[in-house]
Amino acid sequence: MVWRPTLPTDSTRLDVRKTYKLYIGGAFPRSESGRSYVVSNAKGKFLANASQASRKDARDAVVAARKAFGGWSTRTAYNRGQVLYRIAEVMEGRHEQFSSEVAASEGLSISKARAAVDASIDRWVWYAGWADKLAQVVGSSNPVAGPYFDFSLPEATGVVAVLAPQDSSLLGLTSVIAPAIVSGNTVVAVTSFERPLPAVTLGEVMATSDVPGGVVNLLTGSASEIGPWLASHLDVNAIDLAGILDPEEATALEAASADNLKRVRRPVQEDWTESPGLSRLTQYLELKTVWHPIGL
Amino acid sequence: MGRFEYAPAPESRAIVDIKSSYGLFINGAFTEATDGKPFKTVSPASEEVLAEVSEAGPADVDKAVRAARRAYEKVWGPMAGRDRAKYLYRIARLIQERSRELAVLESLDNGKPIRESRDVDLPLVAAHFFYYAGWADKLEYAGAGVDPRPLGVAAQVIPWNFPLMMLAWKIAPALAAGNTVILKPAETTPLTALAFAEICQQADLPPGVVNIITGAGRTGQALVEHEGVDKVAFTGSTAVGRAIAKSVAGTDKKVTLELGGKAANIVFEDAPIDQTIEGIVNGIFFNQGHVCCAGSRLLVQESVYDEVLARLKRRMGTLRVGDPLDKNTDIGAINSADQLARIRELSQVGEDEGSERWSPECELPTQGFWFPPTVFTGVSQAHRIAREEIFGPVLSVLTFRTPAEAVEKANNTPFGLSAGVWTEKGSRILWMANQLRAGVVWANTFNRFDPTSPFGGYKESGYGREGGRHGLEAYLAH
Repeated sequence: MVWRPTLPTDSTRLDVRKTYKLYIGGAFPRSESGRSYVVSNAKGKFLANASQASRKDARDAVVAARKAFGGWSTRTAYNRGQVLYRIAEVMEGRHEQFSSEVAASEGLSISKARAAVDASIDRWVWYAGWADKLAQVVGSSNPVAGPYFDFSLPEATGVVAVLAPQDSSLLGLTSVIAPAIVSGNTVVAVTSFERPLPAVTLGEVMATSDVPGGVVNLLTGSASEIGPWLASHLDVNAIDLAGILDPEEATALEAASADNLKRVRRPVQEDWTESPGLSRLTQYLELKTVWHPIGL
Repeated sequence: MGRFEYAPAPESRAIVDIKSSYGLFINGAFTEATDGKPFKTVSPASEEVLAEVSEAGPADVDKAVRAARRAYEKVWGPMAGRDRAKYLYRIARLIQERSRELAVLESLDNGKPIRESRDVDLPLVAAHFFYYAGWADKLEYAGAGVDPRPLGVAAQVIPWNFPLMMLAWKIAPALAAGNTVILKPAETTPLTALAFAEICQQADLPPGVVNIITGAGRTGQALVEHEGVDKVAFTGSTAVGRAIAKSVAGTDKKVTLELGGKAANIVFEDAPIDQTIEGIVNGIFFNQGHVCCAGSRLLVQESVYDEVLARLKRRMGTLRVGDPLDKNTDIGAINSADQLARIRELSQVGEDEGSERWSPECELPTQGFWFPPTVFTGVSQAHRIAREEIFGPVLSVLTFRTPAEAVEKANNTPFGLSAGVWTEKGSRILWMANQLRAGVVWANTFNRFDPTSPFGGYKESGYGREGGRHGLEAYLAH
């Protein structure tokens, strides 16, 4: 079922359908390759044509993510927290749209889809609160045996490539993007191939939530096709293989990631409805230790 | 300038008792290697053969992993943290008791000055065990969740630049967290690790908790690729680190890698000049420059370039190169013929690419592996000596005008292990510390280490941290 506005409409009025596009550097381009693919609902009925991202789109997205990294990672933690909270606010206003897209994509009843959207919004709120607490929880002051002031602080790793979960089109996607950007990383995410529509709508939320362009880039298309280019990309610092179901494919991507020592998150069975804990969030952090002498 | 001559002041070798040959330390006992060939370890200062050491082959590696697994499941894993702590405290004390002996042995096998092995390496080794001993019964407070679990069997491969210190950085946190280990020291510096095996015996450490196997790259590869290993910890070159990261792909092994560096040491015009010169010298000539976090790229603000270079050269002229066991030696021997060849090659490339090379006049011994303290000026960012890790007493000097340019140049490297900043302005120190993409930033100091202080790299300098609470997390499931 294609999403339709919920405002009262004249039943004879022809609805205006949405064009589902990529989200790169704050803009909504089609794939430079000109390709698109058919997205169907869980019952096989046509929903939309989605842009099918290419290698070039992935590289453009990495460039946009790198460009955005300096600004995003040096914002105050308080500010990043507010921006993430703003994402939740704007999602709330689009609740019905997300719910109908999730229901159609995942074949859920509308009430279950609404619950998934609730959980996604709540997850953004949960992560938003972490922005200005991380350094206190994972940093440290180090009592070295000498006259030095010594402390360790977490910092963002850089550009994180995310191969998003295939099944959970919105909650799964949220659960892999939010922990990366809350600490100042920027993200290039390849969305669920068969269920990309909620991701595109999330891109529209990003564009209207004070998230600077390039901080989150969303590519609809095939993780198997684009993943290897991201895994071997030398300007990507970390990669999350959550959406790779085939162990051999995951192994190949992990091996390719070794070329520039990417931080790799291996795929495991995950229940996205569970409390996420800190492990994904801390995986995209570097720890910086600073020393200075103490003296007169 | 005239200067006082120093009479030789050698530390006595009599304190160490080196056996003519060593087996592998597996399951609490020294055993003959089953499928490897023996090899020799030499003193790099004299090329004298110190001992014959066994190369562990695949069958030996397998034996060691099985011993470690058994010890993990039957003894060390189930043991109360309080008791693991006591074993580690015992080891720390034994190291303190045998500190001078171990320092001499380290200097003999590695070539580093006794002043450094005695005053830096050994105190840090003991401190590391002492620090992590105290964690063993407090793991639930380490920030790795309420029920932290050890990972199991850890394969640990360490380099030759700080043999015993790297051993301590690897073994102490692993054991505190409840893991058992198989450690492979570098092939050119196995002796202190083998002495440590004796210390484990003296401490009555249960058999199989620590296994020391010797050998070269093949042994290390067999160890990290062994299916019975749950955790791989490696310190060494980025090339080998990359190969390890590839080899563990698709497994459940947890990995920490501490790899190469090309640290910028950044001198602003308001830097305290005397301390800065000492810091530059310590940054690049400490341990013959065989330091992954060495300050090998000196970035000097243009306005003070002439003064810094003049003072640096004068100071370099007072560095004493020679017998590692002499208490007055500042710079010892290069660790191996291979490493010397690499330093010579890259220095030649530096000249060929147009940089100007300078070393103070100094007489090098005729036997052994030696390289004089060297500084290159007129270096550009494109030069190989500004990009590649030389791992020797060779400093490349570049200049900058603004703080932004200093940051740009400092971060223009695939590495990200350490950096130095010299300035009297506090706000600038903290601004620079924020901007530099490196795991350790030394401000108005350099090359400081402490067991409580997390150490490790950004980018291609590896991942994971050693030291502090964070070093413990690398050995816990969470």
